[in-house]
Amino acid sequence: MAKVILLGVSKFYGKVQAVKKIDLEIIDKEFLVLVGPSGCGKSSSLRMIAGLEEIDEGVIKIGDKEINNLEPRERNVSMVFQNYALYPHMTVEENLGFSLKIAGLAKKEIEERVHEAAGILDITEFLQRKPSQLSGGQRQRVAMGRAIVRRPDVFLFDEPLSNLDAKLRNQMRTEIKRLHQKVSTTIVYVTHDQVEAMTLADRIVIMKDGIIEQIGTPLDLFERPATKFVATFIGSPSMNMIKASIINHNDQLSMKTNDGIIVPVPKDKQNFVSEGQNISFGFRAEDIVPLKFGQKPSSAWEMQSSVNLAEPLGTETLIFTNFGEIEIVSRMFTPEQVKSNDLLDFALNLDRTYLFDENSGLAI
Amino acid sequence: MNKKQINNILIWFSAIVLIILIMTPGLWVVLTAFRPQVDVMAKPAVWIPRNLNLIQFETMLFGGSEGSMGRSPIPVLSYLRNSLIISFTSTFIAVLVGTIGGYGFARHNFKHKNKYFLLIMLTRTIPGISLSLPIFIIFSKIGLIDTHIGIILVFVALNIPFTIWLTDGFFRQIPRAMSEVAMTDGCTKLQAFWHIELPLSRSGIASAGIFAFLISWNEYALVSNLARSTDSKTLTVGLMDFTAQFTINWPGMCALAVFIIIPALILTFMVQKHLVTGLTFGGVKG
Repeated sequence: MAKVILLGVSKFYGKVQAVKKIDLEIIDKEFLVLVGPSGCGKSSSLRMIAGLEEIDEGVIKIGDKEINNLEPRERNVSMVFQNYALYPHMTVEENLGFSLKIAGLAKKEIEERVHEAAGILDITEFLQRKPSQLSGGQRQRVAMGRAIVRRPDVFLFDEPLSNLDAKLRNQMRTEIKRLHQKVSTTIVYVTHDQVEAMTLADRIVIMKDGIIEQIGTPLDLFERPATKFVATFIGSPSMNMIKASIINHNDQLSMKTNDGIIVPVPKDKQNFVSEGQNISFGFRAEDIVPLKFGQKPSSAWEMQSSVNLAEPLGTETLIFTNFGEIEIVSRMFTPEQVKSNDLLDFALNLDRTYLFDENSGLAI
Repeated sequence: MNKKQINNILIWFSAIVLIILIMTPGLWVVLTAFRPQVDVMAKPAVWIPRNLNLIQFETMLFGGSEGSMGRSPIPVLSYLRNSLIISFTSTFIAVLVGTIGGYGFARHNFKHKNKYFLLIMLTRTIPGISLSLPIFIIFSKIGLIDTHIGIILVFVALNIPFTIWLTDGFFRQIPRAMSEVAMTDGCTKLQAFWHIELPLSRSGIASAGIFAFLISWNEYALVSNLARSTDSKTLTVGLMDFTAQFTINWPGMCALAVFIIIPALILTFMVQKHLVTGLTFGGVKG
């Protein structure tokens, strides 16, 4: 049993509060990803779990044991660092076996466990090499091997893929997921990359400015963002977001943008907004489609706009166009050649339009 | 001849002139050690040695009196023993204390850290010789004149700031993640230092050690005041034994100088290797 519980945990650096009284429960064997922009407190939180940073406020428990005052070595966690931090003066085999040697295990058992871990990660042939003789991906694997050899209660990953090139990153991402299935240990994984978070996580924790914005499964966050920040952070391309105020237009609650464009408030939101309220409304690229090049949504609001730029991606084309003065992205699912300045009709799916209160940033 | 060739010639020419300028005194010392006194003192000067011999070394080490102007041989072996004891002991202590200090400055944050560091470095700006009188007075009051311990103390104090400065730099180069991962791997702080950070900074510590050794080995001014007899006189101070009231035995002095230079030269080559090699961080990207 290795659930991890954070209760009212804070971290201060001088006067700056990097982590602000966060509460979080990580379930046993869960793959939890902490994601957010740099400086959001995700790494500090991870390092507090590892014992590399003092916990300034609150309690952290692993299993049922409070670990606030335990040394890192007493917490039975393993950490994989962004820069791998392999011991350069040891061979791969010595790197993997180091923790077991420190723990005083017999030579034979060390060897067995090192080979087992090397087998899992497919690095057996490199065991006698020094880290400097390995490629980036191989080093990353050794770093993971060093973590699993100890059979810890919790794995901690601190942006492990950000030093790798794009292709290798995708490959290692899959391998980390596979590793989790093989060893089924609780994993806390920190990244700033929302794609990594979406693809790896059982649950995602989105942090910003030291607080947790939302916790949920990847699809939860994608479909039901709790705040404007989460809505724009998750998903690629980023959700289109337009500022507006609620007005009464022909006896119907509508959203009037700063450019004077009037869009009706989606039906399911009408009871939750009031006249004069400042809001932002957001919609993803796939929810505003060029007519004729995709299925027209059932509750559509139509507009006409010219193409600024088109990015053909093969299976789809991203079209950059204007919504008043603001540039938005639209996704065309049945790509046809379009040119700049082509005039197209777009349909916005009102059922999939999100509203956020401008003051609180919370979803309506 | 194009511009590039002219440039090359100029560079080589100035390099050769510089090398000659730097090497000549050293070469002169070495040559003099193998020449008879008459040759050295001859007027007009004899530039090209007419005959070379090992008499000075024989006299110095084995005591013969032939050609050494009848002077009884100086106790070179006692001086060598003193030099070795003082240099090695002071180097060991300075490196031990300095490395701990350097690690502290590199890895720990405490109040006024930068000021303390500056203060320690500032002690190096004081010319050592200006300290000789105060040290002499203090030592004479507590009975440390003409003792190994006294001279060792002076060298330790002289070398610690430099060792701190050098090892601090080397420890800073080791990513913090190294000791952090070692600590999650089950190490105590001390074990992480011993197994990971110490081996990784051994080049730096070795260089610091060699520098400290050379400073102790070559120091003359301070020791000449603090050492009175064969109990504590070092080789460099021993050089003065070749001066008499009216004469100086130049070949003998140069022979001892060569004798002093050899270990220093060997160690200098080792420093060079360590400093050039530096640290290779295979475990870290880059």
